[in-house]
Amino acid sequence: MKKQNQKAWFFVLPVLLLVAFNALIPMMTVVNYSVQETFGNNLFFWEGLGWFEKLLRSERFHAALGRQFMFTGMILAIEVPLGVIIALSMPRSGFWVPVCLVLMALPMLIPWNVVGAMWNIFTLPDIGLLGYLMNHVLGIDYNMTQDPFAAWATIIVMDVWHWTSLVVLLSYAGLVSIPEAYYQAARIDGASNWSVFRHIQLPKMKQVLTIAILLRFMDSFNIYTEPFVLTGGGPGNATTLLSIDLVKIALGQFDLGPAAAMSLIYFVITLFVSWLFYTLMTKDDE
Amino acid sequence: MRKRSLIPLLYILFLLLPIYWLIAMSFKTTGEILSGFSLFPQTWTFDNYRTIFTDPTWYWGYFNSITYVALNTVISLAVALPAAYAFSRYRFLGDKHLFFWLLTNRMAPAAVFALPFFQLYSAVGLFDTHIAVALAHTLFNVPLAVWILEGFMSSVPKELDETAYVDGYSFPRFFTRIFLPTIKAGVGVAAFFCFMFSWVELLLAKTLTAVAAKPIAATMTKTASSAGYELGLLAAAGTLTIIPGAIVIWFVRNHIAKGFALGRV
Repeated sequence: MKKQNQKAWFFVLPVLLLVAFNALIPMMTVVNYSVQETFGNNLFFWEGLGWFEKLLRSERFHAALGRQFMFTGMILAIEVPLGVIIALSMPRSGFWVPVCLVLMALPMLIPWNVVGAMWNIFTLPDIGLLGYLMNHVLGIDYNMTQDPFAAWATIIVMDVWHWTSLVVLLSYAGLVSIPEAYYQAARIDGASNWSVFRHIQLPKMKQVLTIAILLRFMDSFNIYTEPFVLTGGGPGNATTLLSIDLVKIALGQFDLGPAAAMSLIYFVITLFVSWLFYTLMTKDDE
Repeated sequence: MRKRSLIPLLYILFLLLPIYWLIAMSFKTTGEILSGFSLFPQTWTFDNYRTIFTDPTWYWGYFNSITYVALNTVISLAVALPAAYAFSRYRFLGDKHLFFWLLTNRMAPAAVFALPFFQLYSAVGLFDTHIAVALAHTLFNVPLAVWILEGFMSSVPKELDETAYVDGYSFPRFFTRIFLPTIKAGVGVAAFFCFMFSWVELLLAKTLTAVAAKPIAATMTKTASSAGYELGLLAAAGTLTIIPGAIVIWFVRNHIAKGFALGRV
């Protein structure tokens, strides 16, 4: 049982001030813009909830939101099972374990636009390794800048390359925390590999997998730099995800009102998921 | 057992292929890159690297990035340590709500904050400074650091604190002499994550800087569009951005798995 102590607020105060400066002030700016119309020169007119109504009916927003959910759904469906499989087949101890972990974590430490640029170079049709292999060795017509399907496949593979290791590392952390005695007991009982997975490994990985799935959900839902550098949202609007569209409206066209309204709706969606996440996480603690 | 280890091996191979390609490109001349496909550099050249190490607009990019990343790590840890201690040891009015509110900032899309941050930091006169980027990155790093540290701190039994008080330690002395050394792995992991997320983020860093504090990653995008399309140079600059991460991760290699689990395994 934790001690009740209101003085603890003093410990939290620095964080509170810093985050208030960084989060509250910008959020108020966004709210302010979302209800006004501007024609430049710092002239603002009251717009009420007009932007929200327009946005919720706008096909452009629906399309971007749809693409965003499709992207997030697809990478979760690939990365989570793949990550668990890789973690299960890793050795539990030995010299190679830290080496493997470091190599696996490497993609996550590369600046996001370098990731995009790297995959751009990698997939160039005639001079990139992947582009050359696809076009000249496998004979598949592959050009990401013209074919929407190829562009989609590439951003998905890039994200799998970039982030599957997160799932691997988390699942692995869960697996190594299982005492050897559990496996011995299972062997004595003559349990199959599947029932060892189902009744020993999976329950132990439950909490870390929750973290993994929800971290992946949120980060892929907010993704901007990598697909932007790789495809620029194209060809056409094929890979214009939610953040890319938002930055286009806010910093490209400087349409402050619609951009702010879009930001708030975007934020409410992430907030809802965060709440879900937090509830799931703390349920076990009680 | 043999067949099983093939899966991680193939996976690592898949991870290394694009990285290999980037490194191979960085040693090729622009002429060779554009003239056609070659698996290895035919004529090795170090010109791309020479350009980066001699041209101030390039190497200052690295200094700028490392400066704001280091500042961010120090600030984030300094404010997160006491807060994490409070969350892990005490119950106080509104603690759960506060923790959740912190988390929402880790989850907010950076794109939402780009424009307001630009205006906020311009208004307080910090635009195009290292400290502006460092402070902006605390938005998602402080919640993460609090979260990781809280996880590590909660696995230390409370008896440690109580014994220290009985032994006559004051709080600051206890915290710095006994508690911090006990959770030093957690501090290392939190520092690593602050470093990592500040190092890889570009949207906010680019929005908040113009010349004086421009990060290396932004220098890359600018050069890519202005100086024609010098793929070799771009590849060399990209290769150099991998090195700091690779060095830092080696130090926390035994704790990263636990760190990603936010100390909650």
